[in-house]
Amino acid sequence: MRILMKKNLLILLCLIVTFVIVQVLIMNGIITRFHEITIATICINIILAVSLNLVTGFTGQFSLGHAGFMSIGAYVCAIINSRMDSTLGFLIGILAGAVAAAIVGVIIGIPTLRLKGDYLAIATLGMAEIIRVIFLNLKITNGAAGFSGIPRYTNWMWLFIFTAGSIILINNFIRSSHGRACISIREDEIAAESMGINTTKYKVMAFTIGAFFAGIAGALFASYFYFIKPDAFGFLKSIDILVIVVLGGMGSITGSVIAATILAVLTTFLQEFTAVRMIIYAALLVLIMIFRPQGLMGTKEITDIFKFGKREERLNGRRNR
Amino acid sequence: MSLLKVDKLTKSFGGLTAVSNVSLNIEKGELVGLIGPNGAGKTTLFNLLTGVYVPTSGSIKLSLDDKNSRELGGLKPYNVTKAGLARTFQNIRLFKDLTVLDNVRIAMHQNIEYKLMSAFFHFNKYYKEEDRLKEEAEKLLDIFNLSDKKNELAKNLPYGEQRHLEIVRALATKPAILLLDEPAAGMNPNETAALTETIARIRKEFDLTVLLIEHDMSLVMKICERIYVLDYGMMIASGRPEDIRKNRKVVEAYLGEDVNNA
Repeated sequence: MRILMKKNLLILLCLIVTFVIVQVLIMNGIITRFHEITIATICINIILAVSLNLVTGFTGQFSLGHAGFMSIGAYVCAIINSRMDSTLGFLIGILAGAVAAAIVGVIIGIPTLRLKGDYLAIATLGMAEIIRVIFLNLKITNGAAGFSGIPRYTNWMWLFIFTAGSIILINNFIRSSHGRACISIREDEIAAESMGINTTKYKVMAFTIGAFFAGIAGALFASYFYFIKPDAFGFLKSIDILVIVVLGGMGSITGSVIAATILAVLTTFLQEFTAVRMIIYAALLVLIMIFRPQGLMGTKEITDIFKFGKREERLNGRRNR
Repeated sequence: MSLLKVDKLTKSFGGLTAVSNVSLNIEKGELVGLIGPNGAGKTTLFNLLTGVYVPTSGSIKLSLDDKNSRELGGLKPYNVTKAGLARTFQNIRLFKDLTVLDNVRIAMHQNIEYKLMSAFFHFNKYYKEEDRLKEEAEKLLDIFNLSDKKNELAKNLPYGEQRHLEIVRALATKPAILLLDEPAAGMNPNETAALTETIARIRKEFDLTVLLIEHDMSLVMKICERIYVLDYGMMIASGRPEDIRKNRKVVEAYLGEDVNNA
C-alpha cells in the first residue's frame, strides 16, 4: 500500500513539473503561438490515441470510426459553448459532448460488436460516415460550410488537465478487474467466456469508454481551433488516430503518448518541406513498421521498463531464440 | 438429487447428429469419466454442457442444493460458468501473452466486488479487493507449485505446467463441477501419475465434482468411479470401471482386445 502511495505521489510530482515548465515557457514566449498549436494537437491526439488503444489495442476490437465520436464531442461542445459563452459553458460542453459520444457509442456498439475483425472495421467505418453525413445536413451544425465562432476556452491548462486525466483514468481502468476482462477478450474470446466474462458487455463497455474520451478530445479540438466542419472528422482522421496507436504499440498507453508526440512534432518540422512532407512522413511509417512491427513500445509500459524490464527482456529474448 | 442431470440431449449440425439422446447423471462429489473413440462426440458434449453450443433438444439441469435447480441448456458460456461449471480445453487455451498471475486473476473476475467507478479512480475498495484477489490467486497457484512463476508469461511455461495452469484457472472461478477435457493429453507417464494425484487432491480440498474426458486409460480406470462411454454420439454404456472393461459393446467400439492389459 505504501509503495502505491509513493508511486502516486511521484506521478503527481512529474505532472506538476511538466505543467509548470511548459506554462513558464509559454509565458516567457519561448513557446510561440505557432508551437502552441503543436502542443494542442499533441494533447488532443494523445487523448484520441489512448482511448482508441483501449478499444483496439487492449480489447482487440478493430475500430475505424473513432473520428465519428470525436465529431460528436466537437459539435455538442461547440453548440453549447457558443450559447453559453463562459468557462462553465465550456466545461458543460465538454461533459455533454463526451456523454453524447458515449451514448452513441453504446447504441452503435451493441449491434456492431457482435461482428469480428474486418467486418467490425467496416461497420465502424460506416457508422462514422453516417455521423459525418448527419452533421453535414443538420441546420444547427451549419452543414458543409462549417461551424465557426466557437469561443476559445481551451488553453494549456485545460489541455493538460484533460490529457493527464484521460491517461490516468484509462490506465486505472486497464489495471482493474474490468480492464483485465477486456484484455482477456483480445487474448482469447472463447476462453474469456468460459472464465465467466460477459464478452459482449465488456466490448461495449470499452467501446463506450473509448467514445467518451474521444468526445472530450473533439470538444477540446472545437474549442481550440474555434472552427469545425464535418470534413475534418472523416475517414482520414480515423486512420490518423489508428496510425498513432499502431505506431506506439497496440496495448501500450506509453506508446500511444510517445507516438502522438513524435508524429505531431514531425508534422510541424516537415511543414518547411511542403513538397516532400507526406513522402517523408509515409516513408518513416513504413520503416518503423518494417523494423518494429509490434510498434515502438509493443505492449510494454514505461513502468515495466523501470521495474524489471531489462532482466525479463533478456530472459524472454533467450527463450524465443 | 443428482448435481448434474442431463436428459436426452441432442445436437445436430445440419444433417449430422453429433450428440444424440444422451442422458447422464452426476452425483455430488463423484469423479466421472467420459470416454469414447475419436469423433464420438465427447468434446461436443462438453461444449453443450458449457454453453458453447445450444442444444437442439434435451435438458441440462444443475442442482446445487435441493431448492436450487437451474436449466443450463441455452445459457451463454459465461452464465454457465457463473452457475458453477468450469472447464479446461483439449487444446490449451491460456491467455498466452499474459502473466500466470493475470491468467488466474481474470478467472476470478466474477467474485470481484468493486464497481466501475472504483476501477477508474482506484478508491480504497480497489486496493483492498485487488490485494485479496492476488492473495487468493497465489494460494491457488501454490497447489501446483506455480507461485514462483507467477510473473512469467503463460506461453513461456513448459507444456505440463500450462495444463496445470488451465486447471488452476478453472478452479479460480469457484466451480461446483469441474470439466476436464483431456487433461493428460501430451503428458508422459510420470506427469500423468502426478496429475492423477493432483486431481484426487483438489477434489477433496475444494469439495469438487469432476467430469473428465480422457484418452489415457490408465488414468481413467484408476481414478474414475463411474464411466460413461460415447460412440457415434450415443451413450453405449455406463458403469464402474471394472464393468466397462468387460462390456462387450465398449470393447468392440473402442478399447480393442488388449483392454485387460490396460
